[in-house]
Amino acid sequence: MVAIIDYGLGNSGSIVNMLRVIGERAIITSDPEKIEIADQLILPGVGAFDSGMSELEKRDLIPVIQKEAGLGKPILGICLGMQLLGRRSEEGKKEGLSLIPFESVRFHFDDREEEKSLKIPHMGWNTTAIKQNKPLLNGIKEIPRYYFVHSYHAVCDSQEFVLMTCDYGYEFAAAVCKDTIYGVQFHPEKSHDFGMKILENFVRKC
Amino acid sequence: MAERYTRPRIIPVLLIDDRDLIKTVQFKNPVYLGDPVNAVKIFNRKRIDEMVILDISAARRNTEPDFELLEDISSQAFMPLGYGGGIKNIKQIKKLLSIGYEKVIINTELVKNPDLVREAAELTGSQSIVASIDAKLVDGEYKCAICDGRKLVNISPDRLAKRAERLGVGEILINSVDRDGRRNGYDITLVKKVSGAVSIPVTACGGADSIEDLKRVLVEGGAHAAAGGSMFVFYGRWKAVLITAPSEEELIKEGIYQ
Repeated sequence: MVAIIDYGLGNSGSIVNMLRVIGERAIITSDPEKIEIADQLILPGVGAFDSGMSELEKRDLIPVIQKEAGLGKPILGICLGMQLLGRRSEEGKKEGLSLIPFESVRFHFDDREEEKSLKIPHMGWNTTAIKQNKPLLNGIKEIPRYYFVHSYHAVCDSQEFVLMTCDYGYEFAAAVCKDTIYGVQFHPEKSHDFGMKILENFVRKC
Repeated sequence: MAERYTRPRIIPVLLIDDRDLIKTVQFKNPVYLGDPVNAVKIFNRKRIDEMVILDISAARRNTEPDFELLEDISSQAFMPLGYGGGIKNIKQIKKLLSIGYEKVIINTELVKNPDLVREAAELTGSQSIVASIDAKLVDGEYKCAICDGRKLVNISPDRLAKRAERLGVGEILINSVDRDGRRNGYDITLVKKVSGAVSIPVTACGGADSIEDLKRVLVEGGAHAAAGGSMFVFYGRWKAVLITAPSEEELIKEGIYQ
């Protein structure tokens, strides 16, 4: 069973809907005991970095997530949930969960003519390039596209943590990973069968 | 290397009237089309970029959004979803976001209760709040309409769009009441005025009939996304009901997706 961590920020409903189609039962919870017995964890999230960390703090969820990660339990962070897996973000002052060595920075474009048209947030569909062979990306053959909404993106300490890249003005990490911890900047739950494949791989193969 | 990819969103707008899927002409004369959940299933199979659901009965009768129906819809829709109609408070906005709608579309309250818009954008982030502006040409001048197009307000669409941007909304949906259901092409002048006035993305709606229209409003109108109604629910001269959308191949061929 998958536990979707409920910390008041996020569209857990859409994730549950997609998991239902995949045939996987999910619970939405902020109960540390349920988080401990779950097979995998999903950390969703929409909103600002600091409010995300404070909401986790308020519910005493930081230690349990870090402990489960240390025990090798698969975790998937989505959008803000991905950014929270890093050390910190330019968006806020708080410390992140520090499960994957990266920091999040705001999109910064040079004032080249071409990039004047690029809005922040990066909102809409974009394609990604696969950088590593990992169970999360099992069987993904055609060029996948996903739905993104974000103003900040991950910058990894090393290429070994970059799972997928995307181009928006420049190349950035669209997905990150370390051992059994994964983060995707896009919304698989809103990305048709492209996203469904990711969630399916996460619950079946990771 | 990830390649640069441009994909302006093509968005069917589905109108709901008392749980029925309908389509109007100039906001009037609703024609019954069928079951909205069924239509959404078809759009989902077609991997449509994004979808907008507008409940005109909630807007007109001043009732709560029909959350039960909206949940049935979102459970079938694995793409970004926007909802508008009858939204009056933060509680409703939070509920919509929690049941799978990432964009909440506000029209009447944008004029009547701008504080709600500001508060909502602060709370949920700009990307979740869309200002919907219904524009009507009156004596050669564009005016805005609220309450499902029935009440005119004395402000131009571009000024209202600017005001919405200052309130913190993340996107503008500009709809031409005059072109609604007419299939005579977008009002490019209107869309250009609005897209030129703000720096947030603008979605154009009203009048779309063909892939060429979509392209024109994106290129000439400066819109970031192209929305439509009739084009996605009717087929042919006799307006046979058919849930449809341009294919990936057609949109690539036309140069809309690059």
